[in-house]
Order: sequence, then C-alpha cells, then structure tokens
Amino acid sequence: MKILILGLNHKTANVEIRERLAFSGQKLKDGLLCLREILEIKEIALLSTCNRVEIFTCVNSADTAVENIKKFLSGFHNISRDDFEKSLYLYTDSDAVKHILRVASSLDSMVVGEPQILGQIKDTFDFALSEKTTGIILNKLFKKAISTAKKVRTETRIAENAVSISFAAVELAKKIFTDLSGKSFMLLGAGEMAELAGRHLVSNGVTDVKVANRTYERGCELAKEFNGKPIKFDDFIQEMIHTDIVICSTGSSTYVLLKEQVQKIMKERKQKPVFIIDISVPRNIDPEINKIDNVYLYDVDDLQDVVDTNMFERKKEACKAEQIVAEEVDKFMKWMLTLDSVPTIVALRQKAEEIKNEELEKFKIKFPETDETKIKAVEYLATAIINKLIHPPTAAIKENDENKEELIAVIKKLYGLNGDENEE
Amino acid sequence: MDAIFFKLAFIFYFAATIISIFEIFKDSKESSKITPILAGAGFVIHFIQIIYRYFEIGYIPVTGMHHASSLFAWCIVIIFFFLQYRYKIGIMASFIMPIVFILMLLSLAFPRQIQPLTPELQSYWLPIHTLLAFLSYAAFAVTCGVGIMYLIQEHYLKSKHLGRFFQKMPNLQVMDEINYKLITFGFPLHTLAIITGALWAESAWGAYWRWDPKEVWSLITWFIYALILHARLTVGWRGKKAAILSIIGFLAVLFTFFGVNLLLKTIHSF
Repeated sequence: MKILILGLNHKTANVEIRERLAFSGQKLKDGLLCLREILEIKEIALLSTCNRVEIFTCVNSADTAVENIKKFLSGFHNISRDDFEKSLYLYTDSDAVKHILRVASSLDSMVVGEPQILGQIKDTFDFALSEKTTGIILNKLFKKAISTAKKVRTETRIAENAVSISFAAVELAKKIFTDLSGKSFMLLGAGEMAELAGRHLVSNGVTDVKVANRTYERGCELAKEFNGKPIKFDDFIQEMIHTDIVICSTGSSTYVLLKEQVQKIMKERKQKPVFIIDISVPRNIDPEINKIDNVYLYDVDDLQDVVDTNMFERKKEACKAEQIVAEEVDKFMKWMLTLDSVPTIVALRQKAEEIKNEELEKFKIKFPETDETKIKAVEYLATAIINKLIHPPTAAIKENDENKEELIAVIKKLYGLNGDENEE
Repeated sequence: MDAIFFKLAFIFYFAATIISIFEIFKDSKESSKITPILAGAGFVIHFIQIIYRYFEIGYIPVTGMHHASSLFAWCIVIIFFFLQYRYKIGIMASFIMPIVFILMLLSLAFPRQIQPLTPELQSYWLPIHTLLAFLSYAAFAVTCGVGIMYLIQEHYLKSKHLGRFFQKMPNLQVMDEINYKLITFGFPLHTLAIITGALWAESAWGAYWRWDPKEVWSLITWFIYALILHARLTVGWRGKKAAILSIIGFLAVLFTFFGVNLLLKTIHSF
C-alpha cells in the first residue's frame, strides 16, 4: 500500500485554477464518492480550501491512481488537463506523510502559523469518516496530522502574535485596555487598512463606534457598516474626549491633530488612556503626541515593526516545528512498517513459540517424574497444535491482498502483538 | 519546632522567589503553576508558625523586628493570593515574591528571642492596631510591586520596544485598577491604624499625639496616600503618575516601618 497525495496550493496554482478545481458544498460529497468508485479502493479523503485542493489516498499502484485522479478532475470540473496538470504536486509515502503533517501544522500555509487549516483538516477527516471513505491507514494518518499540529501549537510559539498590521493594532489595544467591549472607537478618515483594523476591533468587542470623514456622506456610509454613528469632521477633536481608541487615515498632507489639542483633551478626559493609530502616509498626527502621558501613538511604521518582529519570531519557531514534524513522520513510517505481512507473521510465530515454551516449563515443574521421551512427545504435540492454530491467520495475510492492512491490524489486536501502540 | 516551621516557610518563599524570577526570562508566555504552589505551601507553614508562636508567647507575635518583618511578609502573601485569585496575573509573582523574600530575610537576620511584654503593650489594642497597620502596609507593598510592573510596561509601550517580556505582562488598565483598589483598601486601614494608635497612646501614655517620629512618619505616609487618592479622583493622576507615587509611598512605609526604629529615637519601638 502506498500513501499518495495529489494536490495543488497557493504556491503552485493561481487563484483562477484553484477556484475551478475547488470542491465546495455538494461537490465535496459527490467528488469524494466518485473518486472512491473510480479508484476502486477504500481509503480516500478530500481537502478543499481557498488555498488548496488535495486528495489523500492509499493505493496499490501510484501510476494508475494518479492517471485516474487527473482524468476525474478534468471530467468532474470540466477543465482541460493542460490547464491544471502542471500545477499539481504528487507526494508518496514518507513525503506524503510529511506533507500532510506540515499542512496541518500550518507550515505550508500562506501565512505560516495561521490556525484555520487545522480546523479544515479536521473537517476533511470528519467528513471522510461520516462517508466511510477512510480506512486504517488514512485514519491513523489524519489522527497523526492533528496530534502533530497540536503538538506544534503547544511546543512552539508559531501561532503567537499578530502578523498583520490590523491585527497588531488590536493586540496593542489589548495591552493598554483590559476589556475592549467597554471602549469607544473612532475611525478618522477612511483608508482600507484603517477600516480593516476597525473591523478587527469590532469583532473583538468594541461596540461604540464613531466615524468622522471629510465627506460627510461617505462617513455616514461607513458608520452604517460599523453600526456606529457618523460625526462631522470638524467635531472630531471634541469627540475625542469620549474616545479611547482612534484610528486615523485621512488623505491630509498636514497634521490634523496637534500636541496642544491632545493635551487639552487629556485634561478633559481626566487622563484616561488613549490609543491612537495613525495609518496615514504622510502622517496625520503629530508624533510628539506620543510623549504625552497616557497617550499611546503608533504610526504605520511602528506597527510594521511589530509585525516584522512577530514574523521573524514565527520563522524561528517554524524551524522547531519542522523538527517536530520530522520526528512524527519517523514514528508514522515505523508504524507503517508494522503493517507489513512478514514482520507480523514472524511476530505471530514468535508469540506462539513463547507460549509453547512457557507451558512446557510449567509442565515439567508440575510433573517432575516425566521422563525425557514423554516430554519430547508432549513437545511434539504442542508444536503441532500451535502450527495448526497459526496457520489460518498466516495464510490469510499472505493470500489476501485487498484488505491486507485491516487483517494485519485485526490479527495484531487479537493476538496482542502490538509493541508500539503507545500513543493515541 | 517554631524555628523549623519558620525556616521551612522561608525555604518555600525562597524557592518561589527564584522560580518567579526565572519566569521573567522564560520563553513560554504562560506562567508556571509552581510559583503559586510553593508560595502557598510557604504561606500555610508560615501561618502555622505564627499561630504556634502566638500560643507560645501568649500574644500576637509582632514585637521585635523578627516578628514584625515576618508578619509583614505574611500579610503581603495574603494580598498576593487575593489578587491572584481575582486577576490571575501569573507574572505578578515575579514582582511580589522578592519583597516577601527580603522581609523574611530581614526577619531571619534579627534575633528571635522573646522579650517580656512591657505593661503598656498589654492591651486589647495590640492585635487591633498592629493588624490594621500591617495589612495596610502589605497593601501598599503590593501596590509598589504592581507600580513597578506598570512603569516597565508603560515604558515598553511608549518606546515601542515590544519584546517577549512585554507579551507576558498584563495590560496597563488592569494594573492601574489594581493600584487604585489596593490604595482604597489600604488607606482606610492605615487611617484606622493611626486612630487606634492614638486611642491606645492615650490609655497607655496619657496623650493622643506626642509627635513621636513613628507618629510623624506614619502621618507623612498617610498624607502621601491621601494625595495619591485625591489627585486621581480630581485631576486624574492615574497610570504612570499613580505608579511612581505608590513607589514613593512605599518607601515612606519602609522608613516608617524600619527606618524610624533603627535610625531615630522613638518610644514606639518594641
């Protein structure tokens, strides 16, 4: 049996091809069941996200399977093979194991360490389980991938700290304020990044939103989107007395907020802390303002620095994660080896011999008067019995090619041959 | 027996302090659970020791620098655990446990023999006055620790130097809130301690107030914390200013507690 992964991701295929090959909604079920028919094997799972489409399977012959899958993809999605064939990658055996472990651990993601992919892998597995398209190998493989991803998450700091400017702003806000839900937030101007940061703030609990824009109508539109209230641009300084977080992104070429103004505001606020984020380039807020007590001013470069540091940290952590993945791949491949028929037969025979020898010893102690020839006879009998007993399972493993792995697993379980089942 | 318990408590506090300091440099964001366990064990043993001592000498063990420092440390641990329960800020141990440890070290350094209780001390005011004073001082000690934390974190945010330690520290608002709450807890206790002290002085020495250095310095301390509270409520001296003032306030506490007895002549030394 070979583990085989055929797929494409954001690195190998552009969004247009990924779109066309995606299995969304009902297509996922249809695709999965069709693939199982075509491949005439038991084990298959299908992962489809906006960044990747991957088919995980276990086959006897890789070449025919790959050929069949390509044919299927072309037919199912109505796309010519030339369009997507060069975007596909193919992994087999330990490479395939390594690939799925890396994917689950978010080492293969567009943003390394992003957490969604693990959930998607889990969904893929759950769906395959509910459709009963996986068997012993893929089940173990998915469980391994999920446990490895969790291990990576707990043992490295790969998923810590924001790696986008808008998230970095929210994280900083959380280091200034205890609970964002009671805070008020003002969006000054309407840059794309400022909007995004605002959205993150809102999804982190901020409910009191104000929007001040030079063109009042645009401000009203934005305010509606945020469920907030629009404010005349000229009133924003007055409004800052009741605002804890300000995100500024106007097109102004001069400072819209000066140190003296903020000093006055702070007095009126009784020095309650203010977090000001100036995303505009050129900057719209006098950088001197950061020197005022209880005012924290971050401009776009400051946030970029935060992101860069976090990015750098993540990359360092990714190296640690790769090591964890390598170890887990090794463990998995060792487990795969035990699924082979020869070692199982050997282990079975060994077990039988052990039992026979043990019982013979007991026999000798229980009946010490028995002479040598009689012991020989008893031994002959014991050997004959164990041979008869282990013949059928041995023969079954040797002959049955279709369900060999399942059989081996069953035999190992029944006879207690598992020396390695110390995890999960 | 008593000495063994004291040393055991000391060892547990010491271990908690060392580990809490290591926490500062540790990679992981989560703080270990060992520190509170060690501190908790120290606290319980320390409590048993104090009770034991109480029955041994027949009154609350606060007389002499040995007992006073030890009880001071114990009160700080109470407040530390209360805050830990309420706010769950693991890294706080790194700033509080060293204070506890130093007090225990001082306690260890002073002779621990029992002097006979002078007649004026044999009063029901003894436990009331001292416990009020000690609890308020403990609250101010913890306020100082949290104030240092605030200043560090504030410095990181202002200078935009956001390292690993920054990530481990709590947000500014919660530290400022703790500062405010502890002072509003400690200040009334301190006021009551001065009042009970005056009443006691009247019954023991015949005068409410004699401008003894101890009295003067506890009044200075009282004014500092009154100023902190007043400035916060009127002009909004919060955050950094409150943090700096609470560190200054604690220095005054230390002087009232140790300095007056060791450096100045006071009748309030027992």
